[in-house]
Amino acid sequence: MADDRGPEGRAAGRGHNVSPAFLADRAKFVRKETVRLSRIAGAGHYSSTFSAAELFAALYYAHLRIDPARPDWPDRDRFVLSKGHAAIGLYPVLADLGFFEPALLDGYTRLGSPFGDHPDMKKVKGVDFSSGSLGHGLSVAVGMALAARVQKRGNRVFCMLGDGELAEGQIWEAAMAAAHFRLGSLVAIVDRNGLCIDGHTEEVMSVEPLADRFAGFGWDPVRIDGHDFGQILGALDDLPPPGEGRPRVIIADTVKGRGVAMMEGALNWHVGNLADEDYEAVMAELDAGLRPATWDNASGEHRK
Amino acid sequence: MSERTADAASQDQSDLFTGDGAAGARSKATVKGTPARQMPAFVLGEELGDLAERDERIVVLTADLASANRTVEFKARHPERFFDFGIAEKNMVTAAAGMAACGHVPFAATFASFLGILCAEQIRTDCAYPNLPVRLVAHHSGISMGFYGTSHHAVEDLAMMRTIAGLTVVCATDASMLRAILRASLDRPGAMYIRLGRGRDPEVYKAPPADFAFGRAIRLREGKDLTIIATGAEVYPALGAAEKLAGQGISARVVDMHTISPLDREEIRAAAAETGAILTVEEHNVTGGLGSAVAEVLVECERVPFRRHGIPDEFALIGPPAALYAHYRLDSDGIAGEALALLGRG
Repeated sequence: MADDRGPEGRAAGRGHNVSPAFLADRAKFVRKETVRLSRIAGAGHYSSTFSAAELFAALYYAHLRIDPARPDWPDRDRFVLSKGHAAIGLYPVLADLGFFEPALLDGYTRLGSPFGDHPDMKKVKGVDFSSGSLGHGLSVAVGMALAARVQKRGNRVFCMLGDGELAEGQIWEAAMAAAHFRLGSLVAIVDRNGLCIDGHTEEVMSVEPLADRFAGFGWDPVRIDGHDFGQILGALDDLPPPGEGRPRVIIADTVKGRGVAMMEGALNWHVGNLADEDYEAVMAELDAGLRPATWDNASGEHRK
Repeated sequence: MSERTADAASQDQSDLFTGDGAAGARSKATVKGTPARQMPAFVLGEELGDLAERDERIVVLTADLASANRTVEFKARHPERFFDFGIAEKNMVTAAAGMAACGHVPFAATFASFLGILCAEQIRTDCAYPNLPVRLVAHHSGISMGFYGTSHHAVEDLAMMRTIAGLTVVCATDASMLRAILRASLDRPGAMYIRLGRGRDPEVYKAPPADFAFGRAIRLREGKDLTIIATGAEVYPALGAAEKLAGQGISARVVDMHTISPLDREEIRAAAAETGAILTVEEHNVTGGLGSAVAEVLVECERVPFRRHGIPDEFALIGPPAALYAHYRLDSDGIAGEALALLGRG
């Protein structure tokens, strides 16, 4: 679908005409950078970032109305990473697009670095809000969408939620408010990777039936495969015009740890650190490209 | 009888949720909408409405208390810039931060117990840490909710708020001071916790102090025998106490320490050096609030006879506000008695 909302000066390699192969390459880049930066830190949120890699790539390289040359552009789309622990996958994208020098990432998490495990809007250009305390992001996005209405701007506000954080009550306060205020410019994306730290969400604190729950709160839910660029871009292109209306939630079924077989669906890789020999093997596995997933979050069973 | 118990209206708690301020024989449910000008102090909606005429950044949020805090008057004048979030304070505070991140100066108002205490984490993480200009208007602080009880009291909020880096914490002495704070807040970077009393606090200032500045205390009365450092609604009875002490030949300086963070350390040092004894007075638990903040300064400079006066480290009794103030010796008689005890003349 054509979209003429793009600003002038859009970074090279962005836009609606980018190929699925290019987006797949950028998702690979997100995963490899996550592995590289985690080694600098000695620990990282690998698997929560891997589940969102295609979502990051589609949003930042194909869809969001942003301009890296003008990070404070008031009419830009906003992106709130409510699951702030996936920032390690967002930083490389922002650097790649030109918000800051990629070399700055080499000091990731070292003393005084602007780049921590959770993102800081005051230190990192391109980050629209500081996050890390789960359950807050949707409220931030509600405020941003209200601001767009007061200021009569045409931008959208995107908020990426983890599925585990849906147990936070404030999420549902925000969900209620978004529908009440008819925030049609608000888009929530749930990275439905099926796992929180202690286990499967449906065993720890169930979130299903998720679409019905959002619908019951007055939202328009759509459910997609969060690793399929066709479905992701289809959902993004199908958004209603920003303005008054029902808020939209895109429930993206994903696989936690997607792309590295030993991490797919594995509970012990929420935070981890790859030993040197595993590091090389994981980089080689990522270089080879995605293979069919070894785990299906819908059933909670390993496929192989 | 103190000035507070003499105020019949202060015994009346029927108006807290409507903000009418019309004590009398009429059924309270029928008087909703009494103009704020008849209120002794609740000028919040009126002042913000005026400021918003000149400053398009201002938006106002509340959590189902638009009448109690009179932001309903802002709503009447600027409906497109007013948002009632219902009984969802955490969502309100974080959404205010989201609006601030897009260029607004949001004023989010609700009871202090449900702002400074319930939303402490949202204030720290979403407002103060990103240094966003959210103004958290915490009204009915301390024990002013009287018989509504501990759930509605807020005697811990100053302690919690003043440990948050970069958060301005300020207490409104009366209506005029509230106007001064609101006006000055527009040019101050970062988040701010504005603590109000009951909204009918007696007048200390005839007009908004022209030289008001955050972090600079106001010396209201000179004295040489001790200094009473008070904040918020306790400034008025502190002045009354100084008057009573004068009748006994004791000269008490009275300082309005409106800003708890950043604290006016110079004024505290001057009080210690020049008057030799300090009594702090606050409608707050004596642990962690104004008294503790002043003590932190004193132990680093000059040791003088010192006494913290406030709510003891316990959950307050319930009762009509005036009865509670008398019980906890937070009226002028009680404060004068504390001063005498401090000076060894009690």
